[in-house]
Amino acid sequence: MLLKKRERESAEINGSSMADIAFLLLIFFLVTTTINVDTGIGLVLPPPLQEDQEPPPIKERNLMNILVNAEGRVLMDDQPYQLTEVKERLKEFIDNPTNDPNLSESPDMAIVSVKTQRQTPYRIYVDMLDEVMGAYKELRDAASRANYGVPFGALQDDSPQYDQITDMYPKKISIAEPGDN
Amino acid sequence: MAHFKKKRGGSKQEVPTSAMPDVVFMLLFFFMVTTVLREVTLKVRVNLTQAENIEKIEQKRLLSYVYIGPERLPGNQLGEDKVQIDDAIVEDIGAIRNLMYDKLREQPKLIVSLRVDESSEFGLLTDVQEELKKASAFRINYSTRREP
Repeated sequence: MLLKKRERESAEINGSSMADIAFLLLIFFLVTTTINVDTGIGLVLPPPLQEDQEPPPIKERNLMNILVNAEGRVLMDDQPYQLTEVKERLKEFIDNPTNDPNLSESPDMAIVSVKTQRQTPYRIYVDMLDEVMGAYKELRDAASRANYGVPFGALQDDSPQYDQITDMYPKKISIAEPGDN
Repeated sequence: MAHFKKKRGGSKQEVPTSAMPDVVFMLLFFFMVTTVLREVTLKVRVNLTQAENIEKIEQKRLLSYVYIGPERLPGNQLGEDKVQIDDAIVEDIGAIRNLMYDKLREQPKLIVSLRVDESSEFGLLTDVQEELKKASAFRINYSTRREP
């Protein structure tokens, strides 16, 4: 009698709640997963200068010297400006629509040099760089709209159109060694 | 006729659920594997600054991070600005060159993402950049958040 009863008992573990447990874990990982993309300002550094190598000659009119001090004051080619004015001023310098002999010969020859002090907080430096990037972005956008009728961001990377716009407005940004004064 | 009706009533109406745990487990493993909880423990404070004209970098595996910011000291205090690469603080700036050179050999299309605290001074950053230049790691990225 007793033996018979034992035989009937199920030897398996109850697996019906397994799905619930798995679901709970699944939801946890779904919530904690962040497929985050890194955003930022991209830049390509120049190769280091050799000791005996002279810096390449640049025409004065093609170079825009921007100086930012630790307090966030801006000098562009020795003229003081507000940070908010930098973008408009740069667009004028790069594009040079009036063919001013003091501004760059053509957009692809324009070089923007950003120089700051060692004490400058990173925030001010990035704000400055952001303005420079903004100027280039707006110029590229305008050129892309005029030629292809779409904003620059809509062009496919490495497509002929994309390359043409980037050739028209190459980002030539030089980060100068910081001065001490 | 009556016989036919009886047969119908006996057929099962439920969807078989016995394979459900397997499906769920498979999804679970997928998310467990893809989830990156935290890559490194930060030994420096990094409050990213904000910028408007930023790009997205989708090729995450090309990225290598360099953290610059005030060192976290015990007791919620902040020390001097330090450079952290991977899991350790790099005291000697000159060592960055070799570190980056090794990373560049593993990943020739390396992008160095500089995650710098907003209040850190530019001086330390430029020293790091000089080292990156010497290591031929030219592609860099200043990590920023999007301006709201």
